[in-house]
Amino acid sequence: MFLGLLVLCVMATTNAPTQELPYFVTYSHHMEEPGSLEVESKTASGHPAGGDRFVANAFELEYGTRAWWTSELYLEGQHTANDSTVFTGFRVENRIRPLLREHWVNPVLYFEFEDINAANKSLLEVVGHDVGSDLTVSNAAGRADKAREVELKLILSSNTRGWNFSENIIAEKNLGHAAWEFGYALGASRPLRLAGGSHSGGFAPENFALGAELYGGLGDRNSFGLAQTSHYFGPSMNWSGPDGWTVTASPNFGLNGNSLPQIYRIGVSYEVGQISRFFNSSRHGGNR
Amino acid sequence: MRKTRLLVAFLFLGVDWSAVAWGASQDWLAQVSGKERVRPNPIAHCEDQVAAGAILYRRNCASCHGHDAHGIGKRPALATERVHYASDGELHWLLTNGQLGQGMPSWSRLPDIQRWQLVCYLHSLSHRDAAGQGVLVGPR
Repeated sequence: MFLGLLVLCVMATTNAPTQELPYFVTYSHHMEEPGSLEVESKTASGHPAGGDRFVANAFELEYGTRAWWTSELYLEGQHTANDSTVFTGFRVENRIRPLLREHWVNPVLYFEFEDINAANKSLLEVVGHDVGSDLTVSNAAGRADKAREVELKLILSSNTRGWNFSENIIAEKNLGHAAWEFGYALGASRPLRLAGGSHSGGFAPENFALGAELYGGLGDRNSFGLAQTSHYFGPSMNWSGPDGWTVTASPNFGLNGNSLPQIYRIGVSYEVGQISRFFNSSRHGGNR
Repeated sequence: MRKTRLLVAFLFLGVDWSAVAWGASQDWLAQVSGKERVRPNPIAHCEDQVAAGAILYRRNCASCHGHDAHGIGKRPALATERVHYASDGELHWLLTNGQLGQGMPSWSRLPDIQRWQLVCYLHSLSHRDAAGQGVLVGPR
């Protein structure tokens, strides 16, 4: 039913390809265009020491509520070898730009509510004392350990000479009685070519972007710092096709013994331009 | 615990988001500083970049403003006198900053040179007169 409605919306609206940044964990100040919907699948795969290989997926719907306000819904699940495939929870997030003009550094405020369980392996952020061995818990045990959390981020982002530099500071709180946990994410990226070509095909250099991400935990309120948590670094690359598709890939490498050795990430997204027009025209009895 | 719940409710339900986005003004032209207004287009031969600008327009702008730049629904037309006579610097300022309070996103995600290519394309558009009666002025 839901997917059917989504397909109908896609058919009734236009695709709106835009250049996306090749980040999986880091947020920039670029918001979803108002009235547009981005549908994305983010997959992370890894093999923790002493555990089984897993493939986790976060299915994301990102909507431009206003030009300065973007809302997102994530539905997440994972499959672990020699275990099972499970739904691991959802997240609802909102990002707002409090400053309405472009500045040297552009702040964005991020608010998230998540209802996930300990079987979640999407690795959309690392906070507190998250370590690779957390991912060796069986799916049955992980599903029994549910958490409702709020997450706040301060996103700082700059564009200069074709580069984007983004820095995220993360604070997460389990709504049960637990200490605030902290994390960070840094990203930098640049298109392969800055100028648009006059005969640009889908594989023109300006449709590709290269970047890198560094992210990890910062402990919690009682033990703040870089120790006893995990950190990752990885190059990333994406291709934004002319018909609304973007494919992003990134291998991430653990930087200390608490991290997974590698995480392989791939993201596929489709931008549906002005999906709000579909609902407006339906409400007014036809297309305008 | 009660305080935390109240905080969550405030963040997700109770905030008047429009109050956060202060400073919105209807007239973007009035917001452009004198320095930005006279900023020259670094592209020496703008007419050579119209084709590239057209591709960028189709990819990034047409879903809102229409393939013919005559607007769709509440999204404004760009083939207008106002855009036609705006300076390069004014259009570049609008593309960079957007008009977030009025629904126009910032296109700072595009490299600076692509925004200038879009300016070249926008200035190449013919525009209609105020009553929408046919073409008044051709490419400038």
